Amino acid sequence: MSTEGVDKGRRRFLTAAASVVGGVGVATTVVPFVLTMKPSARAAAAGAPVEVDVSKLELGQMVTVEWRGKPVWVVRRTEQNLKDLPTLDGTLKDPAGDIIQQPEYAKNGTRSLKAEYLILVGICTHLGCSPTYRPDIAPADLGIEWKGGFFCPCHGSKFDLAGRVFNGVPAPKNLEVPRHKYLSDSRILIGEDEQGAA
Amino acid sequence: MKEQLTQALGWVDARFPLSKMVKEHATEYYAPKNFNFWYFFGGLALLALVIQIVTGIFLTMHYKPDAELAFASVEYIMRDVEWGWLVRYMHSTGASAMFVVLYLHMFRALLYGSYKKPRELIWIFGMLLYLIMMGEAFFGYLLPWGQMSFWGAQVIISLFGTIPFIGPDLALFVRGDFVVADATLNRFFAFHVIAAPLAILALVGAHLIALHEVGSNNPDGVEIKKNKDANGKPVDGIPFHPYYTLKDAVGAVVFLMFLSAVLFFAPEMGGLFLEYPNFEPANPLKTPEHIAPVWYFTPFYTVLRAIPSIGGSAFPGVVAMGAATMIFFALPWLDRNPVKSIRYRGIEFKIALTIFVIVFIILGYLGTQAVTPLYEIIGRVCTVLYFAFFLLMPWYTSREKNKPVPERVTFK
Repeated sequence: MSTEGVDKGRRRFLTAAASVVGGVGVATTVVPFVLTMKPSARAAAAGAPVEVDVSKLELGQMVTVEWRGKPVWVVRRTEQNLKDLPTLDGTLKDPAGDIIQQPEYAKNGTRSLKAEYLILVGICTHLGCSPTYRPDIAPADLGIEWKGGFFCPCHGSKFDLAGRVFNGVPAPKNLEVPRHKYLSDSRILIGEDEQGAA
Repeated sequence: MKEQLTQALGWVDARFPLSKMVKEHATEYYAPKNFNFWYFFGGLALLALVIQIVTGIFLTMHYKPDAELAFASVEYIMRDVEWGWLVRYMHSTGASAMFVVLYLHMFRALLYGSYKKPRELIWIFGMLLYLIMMGEAFFGYLLPWGQMSFWGAQVIISLFGTIPFIGPDLALFVRGDFVVADATLNRFFAFHVIAAPLAILALVGAHLIALHEVGSNNPDGVEIKKNKDANGKPVDGIPFHPYYTLKDAVGAVVFLMFLSAVLFFAPEMGGLFLEYPNFEPANPLKTPEHIAPVWYFTPFYTVLRAIPSIGGSAFPGVVAMGAATMIFFALPWLDRNPVKSIRYRGIEFKIALTIFVIVFIILGYLGTQAVTPLYEIIGRVCTVLYFAFFLLMPWYTSREKNKPVPERVTFK
């Protein structure tokens, strides 16, 4: 075929028009496909608050409940535990809780509404493992300074009995205190507080 | 009869380049005649891939990608499906076999400089294959929905969550839920059985086409195409078929003997190929006492753990781990020595490669162990040495005193 009859301008116009219109079409079609991967409406709705009854909880005991598929711990701390907390401040990354990992009402020395009950999301702030509750004092593997707390088996992060992270471990932040409120002296609602649902 | 066959072939050839392709890629593809033991592993990788695809298809017939049903369906395959245990173990052990073969195949490239000019693209396609293969293995490991499946995925997806700014949303997007859940399992199933395998097959094609375009390297690192006879065929080359197809067939049989031995006598390899916590169903409320990735990821996992969090973020460790895998891509340009084979290279590269292999094995071992202060120090030293192998390469490879490279290939 001879090239004399080729209308280059027309070819260029068609190439450009087809690329631009087709490109926009492809790009817009990508959007719904990408959005199908987001949490579905059902997954988003599944985050209802959870109620815990702590009346049977002994001193030093912990219960785990599931909230939004995550473990939430409720620990009943002893007097001694609470006395130990301030003595650890010097060995912690963020003793005062300046990095927001708790609701405003839990930004205090014990990171709780009622000092006796500690409520935490049991997910390590490093890479999402669930730390182990280690209330034993000075065990061989955690050292003589250990006053009870949480130890993450995955990468060795350590937290005290207020979920505050120690220095020199991989976890960057304190454990999260979820929004919660007391329905009565012994019934706690996790996932909702006076300001509304989390 | 023979005449009819020739006729039939002629009919096909007029419509599809069958004879041409067979010639190009087999009967008239000239491979160097001095291939040694290390050259078995490319073909074996292909064999391992075929095993994974075939066993995978049969597993899919019984497996249920549903958080409620997945664990039980795998146990069902193991106990109630006739020969299901064999197919399942072939797939799970086959994955480890694949990585054994791939690591040896990559080591061969390091030994004989197979990544160097003009084979950079073969190397890059190969590295892409390696990366996708790691993704494929990771997606597949979630499917049995055991404790290690769940918490392994939880940790790896959390890695995305450490990326500044977009991290948490990205992790949410990958999981498709606020935690690793049914949505995650379902999409990993889609990636594992269709998306990644398609990409792998396409890249295997590209890897082989690029290889057959430039021709195979060999233990002497001599370009056989530089020395051709009157007919234009390399004097040091032999047709791939029948010479190497037959040789590789023998290699394949030996490989399958080893694979069978593991398959029948130690399919879990003492918890290395199939970790014991994975025989417990996933429990989102309880992390196993000790979690570790499968052995082929452990060197990179140690790199991740070796880097402390900086400025309240675990991101630096994630970057280091990513860099540890991606840095292989730069190899063709980091190695400044024009001599390919280690046989004719100076002492510097030999020492560096030896240290690198030892460091890689130590990193791999540490990744299977719980962290102790001593292991942490060893892990950090090895991480530094790992990166030094690559980053100092332009320096030490440009000062090597090479031996003279022969004109023709040799037999040792």
